[in-house]
Amino acid sequence: MTPSFSGQLINLLAALLLLIAFAMLSQRRILSLIYLFAWQGFVLVLSTTIVAYSTGQHHLYYSAALTLILKVFALPWILHRLIIRLNIKWDVETLINIPTTMLLGIVLVIFAFNLALPISQLASTVTRNTLGIAMACVLLAFLMMITRRKAVPQVVGFLAIENGLFFAATSATYGMPMVVELGVALDVLVGTFIFGIFFFQIRETFDSLDIHHLEKLKED
Amino acid sequence: MELIILLGVPLAGGLLLALFGHKERAAELNSLMSFLTFVAAAFLTAKIIRDGPIKVWDENFFIDSFNVFLVALTAFVGFTTSLFSRPYMRNEHHAGKLNPSRLRLYHSMFQLFMFTMLLALLTNNMGILWVAMEAATLTTVLLVSLYRTPASLEAAWKYFILCGVGIAQALFGTILLYFAAERVLGGGGGSLLWTHLNDVKGQLEPTVLSLAFVFLLVGYGTKVGLAPLHNWLPDAHAEGPTPVSAVLSGLLLNVALYAVVRAKVLVDGALQTHFAGNLMMGFGLFSVVVGAFFLSRQKDVKRLFAYSSIEHMGIVTFAFGMGGSVATFAGLLHMTVHSLTKSAIFFTVGHAAQKTGTQLIANIRGLVDTNPAIGWGLMLGSLAILGMPPFGVFASEFLILTTAMHEHPWATPILLVSLGVAFAAIFSRVQEMVFGETTGKRLPHSPAMVPVFVHLGLVLMLGLFIPPYLADWYRQAAALIG
Repeated sequence: MTPSFSGQLINLLAALLLLIAFAMLSQRRILSLIYLFAWQGFVLVLSTTIVAYSTGQHHLYYSAALTLILKVFALPWILHRLIIRLNIKWDVETLINIPTTMLLGIVLVIFAFNLALPISQLASTVTRNTLGIAMACVLLAFLMMITRRKAVPQVVGFLAIENGLFFAATSATYGMPMVVELGVALDVLVGTFIFGIFFFQIRETFDSLDIHHLEKLKED
Repeated sequence: MELIILLGVPLAGGLLLALFGHKERAAELNSLMSFLTFVAAAFLTAKIIRDGPIKVWDENFFIDSFNVFLVALTAFVGFTTSLFSRPYMRNEHHAGKLNPSRLRLYHSMFQLFMFTMLLALLTNNMGILWVAMEAATLTTVLLVSLYRTPASLEAAWKYFILCGVGIAQALFGTILLYFAAERVLGGGGGSLLWTHLNDVKGQLEPTVLSLAFVFLLVGYGTKVGLAPLHNWLPDAHAEGPTPVSAVLSGLLLNVALYAVVRAKVLVDGALQTHFAGNLMMGFGLFSVVVGAFFLSRQKDVKRLFAYSSIEHMGIVTFAFGMGGSVATFAGLLHMTVHSLTKSAIFFTVGHAAQKTGTQLIANIRGLVDTNPAIGWGLMLGSLAILGMPPFGVFASEFLILTTAMHEHPWATPILLVSLGVAFAAIFSRVQEMVFGETTGKRLPHSPAMVPVFVHLGLVLMLGLFIPPYLADWYRQAAALIG
């Protein structure tokens, strides 16, 4: 694979990541949201593998494998199980309507590209152009967390932020040191378990997973 | 050797108590583990004071005056909190608020929380620092929702989401830091080691580092409770069990601020400007104002002191932001006395709330009549936290204010007004709670007042006289972070 060809491929995958991020933002069904999250993880694995192959950075193979296990299989599976156990059928409610959210998303993408510009000019990696996209993914996931009312989409948004950050690490520096990546993966996994425990606690107490029940503690 | 015990004991304690945390003697085991941790911390401190900074295990752990001072403080407050939690949790159990499995969760997570904080303090790797900070959130989030009341679930959810998103910003900051470091140090594990970064900080790319610092400050600042990122803090403090409020307020906030200061040292070296300091001063001052003015609106006693924590962390952040040997010295002193005083206050408040069965200030009355130790403990603790002489808080606030007058005169009136507002708000409420008419009931397990008076005694001592070796130690740490 010539460098320019792999560069093209990575750019294509980065574009796919951004597309999935937008799709998640507009998705109303919880199950589809989780599938999209799994697909985003898969695209991440592909791009990480291509970066690893084209640059000879072998430790990236390990992080690709870790991502594959954790974000493509384990986390979506846990979330899927949770949804079935909790018997969630309803669709996702949003605070602002979806077209407005998409427009906000576009503004965020432009902002992300501007923010990333000075950094990507300094980067020496083949993937530097994708740093802006990575930041955009982080911000879009952030927007998703803000605009969703239910607990599960908020968690998916939280995990998508982590995806974006992982992509940023790969594209700016060919990944963080292995020990750090392992630590981050462990935190994400434990975090998801705790979220799961939470779902049951919230459900037990409120009989619903709508987080507007969780807005009582206001300043008075 | 000390390091193995220091990290190994709380980790082993966490696992052990996960199995036996519901047994009759679990609270004693918890205290014993915390005591061993404290002893190891004391030995480590003595060693660092004697031999200077050390790097251990392929430089993965780095201990200097700055972090060993926080390690000692963390282990000490952890130990006294475990002493306090023994009768406190028994009373809660007696009142039927907790069942054995939740008690087990509590004891296990308490030890694991101590482990994550010590790991965050001792590690030399900025990436592991992030991992440990996130793990500290994960261990405490289920403790905040321990009572499973609607309010506590909401507080824990808010804590989890806000701190999770906040700390994600810090991860991006760490990535940027690594990005800058890689260009100088090359790839691999070594480039995130703080000591290596510190050696080459003059060559790190200034634009990247300033952006990294913004993300790190916002990320870790969320955990420090800096306004306007402080929303999780009062809820988490008010709804969790009181020992958890004490360690969150007294220790976690310090550790998060420690992470910010470590980053500031690098950024200052790379930028050669006062950019990081100015940002910290801005956030610090805003937190002082927000903390102080929200105080007067609080009806819940634990929320009241949570806002006071925001105010005091603001003061410390402001002091570190000003920089210079005097302000940094005062900042370190203020960290110590705040942590000791605030945990002592939470101990008394916890028992007072158990006695009266409520956390509402309006329903807590006449503590001095029904239990003089709790009443006077709360009164003295509040006077100490409000900066009354001769307590140590007065000394550190005095130093910070005089430095501010000298270097940033515009900030002084803001600080003074905020401190005045805080005084009026807290003092009037505490006076009503301590004196006044009431009929109280006896607690089934007598309250642990020894930790309260030990803490207040130390704060008093720090206000009257700082032992020379302690002053030296603070000075060394202040010189390190300048």
